[in-house]
Amino acid sequence: MKFITEFRDPELVEKYVKEIKNRVTKPWTIMEICGGQTHSLVKNGILRMLPEEISMVHGPGCPVCVTPIGIIDEAILLSLKSNVILCSFGDMLRVPGTSKSLLEAKAEGADVRILYSPLEAVEIAKKNPVKEIVFFAVGFETTAPANAMSVISAYKQGVTNYSILASHVLVPPAMEAILGDPENKIDAFLAAGHVCTIMGIDLYYPIAEKYQTPIVVTGFEPVDLLQGILMAIIQLENGSYLVENQYARCVQAEGNPKAIETINEVFEISDRSWRGIGEIPLSGLDVRAKYENYNARLKFGLGTPKAETANECISGEIMKGLKKPFQCPHFGVKCKPEHPLGAPMVSSEGACAAYFQYQNVLEFN
Amino acid sequence: MCLAIPGKLLSIDVELDEVFRQGKVSFGGILKDVNLTMLPDAKVGDFVLVHVGVAISIVDEEEARQTFEYLRQMGEVEELKE
Ligand code: SF4
Repeated sequence: MKFITEFRDPELVEKYVKEIKNRVTKPWTIMEICGGQTHSLVKNGILRMLPEEISMVHGPGCPVCVTPIGIIDEAILLSLKSNVILCSFGDMLRVPGTSKSLLEAKAEGADVRILYSPLEAVEIAKKNPVKEIVFFAVGFETTAPANAMSVISAYKQGVTNYSILASHVLVPPAMEAILGDPENKIDAFLAAGHVCTIMGIDLYYPIAEKYQTPIVVTGFEPVDLLQGILMAIIQLENGSYLVENQYARCVQAEGNPKAIETINEVFEISDRSWRGIGEIPLSGLDVRAKYENYNARLKFGLGTPKAETANECISGEIMKGLKKPFQCPHFGVKCKPEHPLGAPMVSSEGACAAYFQYQNVLEFN
Repeated sequence: MCLAIPGKLLSIDVELDEVFRQGKVSFGGILKDVNLTMLPDAKVGDFVLVHVGVAISIVDEEEARQTFEYLRQMGEVEELKE
């Protein structure tokens, strides 16, 4: 078993779709949290295969989409300092800040580098002792252990010219914020499989219970997503609201203890503002005082990022599941991947970009 | 960004201390150096799930089979009910 192709088997996909059709009797709205799942659902044409009773809405699980504009501006500001090498995951580069993106800063001469892993940034720091290396540490719980490890690794090796600009967000508080909005129409959640690989599933029991909403921890391949949807539908049709684990091949109930320990060593939980959604209490991670020398915010005296200015992008409504991308008046008109008005049009994990890229697959309207 | 992919652990090359380990993982023939610190129990031959250069989970083959068995098992349960 290679754990990929088997989970894309068209015959099995068809069987799952048939079973979902057999089971569903009423309209249901299901939200997948993770942008990777959004991408997979759209790209693999799963939204089109589902019976019309099922409406999938797309949650805020795209770190690129929820990083506040003020923090993007700070990253750009740092990148323009002559002694700074700003390192980032690739999809952050095109996100529009207030006046420009990191990509535009790079075009103006800033040393901005795209990395696959934050651990590479520490190596760059070792090779460039006269420069300050800043890693733009965005992401959910999945990415937090690697970002934390980069700090621990620099600390242990005595590398002092490395720091992270942390903009970490946590999934369960966002789910609560979405469910707590009286306008929300969400009947069930697919929880983000890889976030649960790290954190486990315990955090979801109180949420399922409080909001009487089934939560199915789900993987990313077509068969995973369809099985997750089927499990959610069976629960909804039966009136139950349990936490179930479709992705048990990668997710253990307790998560990955070593990864949790690593996150807790470097980060502490803090309030966090989400682009498009606003402030969510205790939904982010900040660098602990022990590692303050590795906190770019302190090292460069950045202060608190400035509050968001309103613009025409309705990403908040989309990420709360209140609207679909094609209900945005700018979708595909003023807002396209080449000229994104909002972050969800930038990363392929953003719902708007996924819909735009695969629009013939979807056949909207 | 939370994309993580499974690959086969071929060798463990670096053991800096009792925790920091690094190994080679094959993703369908493409080899990459992967940090194994989060998986103290991972051994050569295991399939590991890798995210931004760090292995975060050992993929459980038995559990993987359950996905293929799920529909059939559900059918059997339905039959039991009748
Ligand atoms: S289409 Fe563009 S402007 Fe509209 S919500 Fe999506 S990203 Fe924002």
